[in-house]
This record gives sequence, C-alpha cells and structure tokens, in this order.
Amino acid sequence: MIRTRARDPGASRLTAADLLRVGSLGLRSRRARAALSALGISIGIAAISGVLGIAQTSKASLLAELGQLGNLLTVQSGSTLSGTQAELPTTAEGMVSRIGPVTGVAEIASLSSVYVYRTPFIPVIDTSGIALTAASPSLPAAVGATVAYGRFLNPATARYPAVVLGAEAASLLGIDNLAQPAQVWIGGHYFTVVGILRPVPGPVEQQTQMDSMAFIGFPVAEQYFSFDGHPTGLYVRAVFSQVAAVAAVLPDTVDPASPAAAQVTEESGILEAEVAAKGAYNGLFLGLGAVALLVGGVGIANVMVISVLERRSEIGLRRALGATRRHVAEQFLAEALLLSALGGLAGTVIGIAATAAYANTQHSQMLIPPQALYSGTGAALAIGALAGLYPAMRAARLSPTAALRTV
Amino acid sequence: MTQTLAFPSRPAAPSAPVLELAGVIKEYPGDPPVVALGGVDLRIVEGELAAIVGPSGSGKSTLLHVMGTLERPTHGVVRIAGEDTSVMSDKQLSGLRARRLGFVFQQFFLLDGLSVLDNVAGGLLYRGGRAADRRRLAAEAAEMVGLGHRLRHRPNQLSGGEQQRTAIARALVGRPALVMADEPTGNLDTATGGSILDLLRGLHAGGTTIVVITHDAGVAAATDRRIEIRDGMIISDTHAGS
Repeated sequence: MIRTRARDPGASRLTAADLLRVGSLGLRSRRARAALSALGISIGIAAISGVLGIAQTSKASLLAELGQLGNLLTVQSGSTLSGTQAELPTTAEGMVSRIGPVTGVAEIASLSSVYVYRTPFIPVIDTSGIALTAASPSLPAAVGATVAYGRFLNPATARYPAVVLGAEAASLLGIDNLAQPAQVWIGGHYFTVVGILRPVPGPVEQQTQMDSMAFIGFPVAEQYFSFDGHPTGLYVRAVFSQVAAVAAVLPDTVDPASPAAAQVTEESGILEAEVAAKGAYNGLFLGLGAVALLVGGVGIANVMVISVLERRSEIGLRRALGATRRHVAEQFLAEALLLSALGGLAGTVIGIAATAAYANTQHSQMLIPPQALYSGTGAALAIGALAGLYPAMRAARLSPTAALRTV
Repeated sequence: MTQTLAFPSRPAAPSAPVLELAGVIKEYPGDPPVVALGGVDLRIVEGELAAIVGPSGSGKSTLLHVMGTLERPTHGVVRIAGEDTSVMSDKQLSGLRARRLGFVFQQFFLLDGLSVLDNVAGGLLYRGGRAADRRRLAAEAAEMVGLGHRLRHRPNQLSGGEQQRTAIARALVGRPALVMADEPTGNLDTATGGSILDLLRGLHAGGTTIVVITHDAGVAAATDRRIEIRDGMIISDTHAGS
C-alpha cells in the first residue's frame, strides 16, 4: 500500500505535566508494590553513597589527625656503591630551598659517637638512648614541631653550647620544665638547655624519632666534636600538590655528583597506606552496592513487565483516546524512571544518615563527596531507564484491539 | 421518555457523511485466511443514531475496530469526516481518534486510580492544553450525563450504570464527530441498560452522531437505523418508519 501524507487532523499531544501525572498514576494506585520495587534501587544507592561518605569522612578525620604532615619528604644519605656510608653535601639545604614548591627545609646530622648525660657523674654506659643530633634552626617549621618551653636553636645559639631536648629526651633526663636553668653534659662539655619540644605528631615521630633526640647547632658540633658539617638527613616540606614532583628532583638537587646517594622517602606514603588500609573493604561494599543496584533494576524491569500485562486494557483505552505509541512508551518509561528516582532519593537519604551516624561516633566532620550523590542519582536514573525500556517498548507495540480484547 | 441533551452543539448538516466505508475487507492470517469482514459499504451521516446488530462471531466487533481506526482494513477505504484514513500514519490516526472519535466499551474501562472527573477529563488528555480547562469541560460533560454529584468519587464507588455514564461522558467531552458504543448495555441489568439507552437517545436528539454495536434486538429497536450484519456482510439496513 502506498501512503502519502494526509492532511493532519491535529496531532495527539501529551504535555510534560500530563506525562508526569500519567506516569505516576501506576505508582499512586499501587503504593506497596511501588515501594517494594523501589527498595532494591534504594539499597544499592544507600550502600554506595554510605560507603563513599564514610570513606571520605574517615579519610578526612585521619588527615585532620595528621595535620598538614602529608607533604613532608625525608632525604637520607644512603650507601655508596662500595658500601660505605655516603654523606650529603653541605650545600644540600641551600640547594633544596631553591626548588620552587619547597616551603621549608631543615638539615640534620646524627652525631652517633657523642652521648648526652644529665651530669658528668653519670656512668658512661648509661646513655639513656638519647640521640645527639645537629640540626638547622629551621627544623621545627619543617617538620611541624612546636616548643613547649624556651625556644628552638637560632643562628646565634647554634654557635654556642646550647641544646634543645625532644619531649622524651627531656623526661629521660628529668628536666620537666625550664623554671630553673638546666645544663646537661655532652661529650665533655656543659650545654645549656634552651628549649624543650612538645611531642611531635605520631606519624612524624614514627619517621624521625625526634622525641628522643637532643638538638645542637651545626657550628657548635663542628667546633666541639670535630664534626665535618655534612648532613645525614634533610626534612623537606613542599606544596601539597607538588610533593611528587619535588620528590622526583630531590636526589639530583641534593647531590648532583651522585644522586643515588640521596634516598627520598615520602612521609605521605604512610598516610596513604593508612587510608588504603581503612578503605580496603570499600571496594567490596561498592561492588555489593552495584550488585544491589543491578538487582534493583531487574526488579523494576520485572514489575514493569507485569504492569504492562496487567494494564493491557488501560493501554488499549489510551490508544482509543488518542495516545500514540510514543505516548504509551513514554508513560511506562516515566513510571520506571519515577520508581528508580524515588528509590535513588530514599537510598541517598539513608546513605547520608549512615554517614552522619558514623561521623557522630567518630566525633569528626561529616563529608560526602558530591560526585557520590550525582553518580548515585545518575546511576539510579540510568538503571530505571534501562529497566523501563523493554516494558515500554512492549506496551507501545501492543495493538489497540489486542489490548482492548479482555479475556 | 427521551430528553434532549444539547451537547455537543455541533452545527447540524444532516447530509454530511461522518463515516464512510467502501469495500472494506478484513482478513486475519491463517490457512485458509479468516475473513472477518467480506466487503462492507456503509455511510453514517451527521446526527444519525444507528445500531449495528449481529450475533457473536458476525464480525461486528471487527467492524467497530475498523470504523474506529483501531485496526486497518486489509482492503477498502475508511473515511472519517471526509478524510481517507488508509493514507494516514499511526500517529495521524491517533490524532484523529483524539479529536474526532469517542468510544464507549462494554467493560467501561475506567481507571481505578482516578476520580470520575479525571476519568472524564481523560477524554481530552491527548489533545494537550491546560488541565484546568479539561477539567471544566469534564465537569460539564459529567453534569450532562447526570453525574454532577459524583465528580470526586472513584469508579469502584459507583454503580454499573454510573460507571457507564462516566465512560459516555468521557467519550463525549471532546465533542467528537462520531461516538461508537460497543455493547454499552451488555454488562448492565435491563432497567439500568434502559436508562443508558435513554441517555444515548437524548444525546442523539442533541445532535451527536452515535453508532451502537449490539447483539441485543431490544437495543437495536431503540434506534432510528438498524444495520444487520452476519458473517462479515451487511444483510439489511433499515430506517425506522421506512
């Protein structure tokens, strides 16, 4: 049969508002079924947004705990190819401080053969495990240490027999405060205690053992203990986003002659390991959430197929009233989308509530990545569209007379 | 007794054909093919009240479907308000049904989740326009079929007769050129069926063109014109009083 376009008697129309009304009709008249079929989607979305929210919240609380220490880099002198202990050049601190994103650098040198005693009368073998370290005045700023009493070394006190004690070193020596002037016996000389540090944050202590150190200036170390002035380590603080780039250029900057001698450790590696350990199950839960979402989508598709079968006469009636195939398809697609959107909304609310409850128990701030919310809602809608597509096509393909023929 | 129901108020032009069937054949695939309509020629003019009568299996339901553009004939032409439907797309046919045709079914086919008012307004849904306007027209149509006091009720709160009145109001609300009623009294008791027939006659008196399909000779007797169909062929076409 050849068809030419006839004069249009006036097309069928279905406004967006009417589509919404028509699409929600099935949900309004079968509430329990709608709620149950949206449940699968809401469980999936709740799992995904809850896991992402809790992961983000716990990561944030970990970061808060560590302060800004995630951007600390350590450079240590390694071994040379011949196996002897390498030394870092005396120019290292100055060179590193000229790297753009570096915001702070401090050099240290461990004076391993010199010990710290409370008085000259302490037996030589009672070293208390205090490590004497030569340090540049910029050390507290570079590692994030703060002074409890007195002050840290400055360019002036670095040239005189002055010492600053780590928190644990001070307590081992029995010096709790500086209310009384205190002196300690170091390598045959009296050193005046000019400052006591507060305990440094856990991760820094893990990496540096600073709490059990005693710090003196480089010049005085060279003068009293025939120290050659070569640092054994550097602490470098860099702009957070540039840490990796700085780490990459550090060996060449520190020791251009033998870059292999400088070993760079990224403190934030510890942080990442800890975050990764906390997030080890996140992937599993996200996977379970995705499975729940998929099952929810299948549930919606199933309910929609049944709905199309049950509502054959409604479809036939709507065709008789002037609905086009497209209008019928749109109606069922809208219904599936509404179902999944309701499920997604409920799931997001549950996920936020779970995150809030977790944040409350951890006394930390609740943080939900916004992309978790977008992607959750987006996934719910995409699943709804997929789930509704087949039933909608079936409904649209139904011939009006077949739909009206009641058994 | 039949009252005159002046709705819809189409200008009367008694000779204009609202529906024309020419050589309509409808076959269903099979071996041999089932011939449901074997060459039907029929003309319904504006303002008529006609009954198509036949026993079950005579092809009258198929005839209604073909007349109502719910099904295309295998051969032949169906013209509605002068327009040849055989050259129309499915979308255009939908538009035609939305604007020119009204259907009343034996099973009423009301939507349970909607009030009487919204069910009646459903007759205008696929024309677009403002929902408030559609509801106003629906209230008028419901008033006219005697359901003015039932607008907020749900279909399952209505009697069978009231449900069929709702369906008739839905068919009328868009002032279609032709209303087709398929066994409108089939699910009703005699008294209620009689009142529905009275309603249809009243609407006819007000100018609505109506075709009733029935196997009930009593229903057919209440109409001006009686078209008998058997085995897919029209065997008689008589006008009352002629």
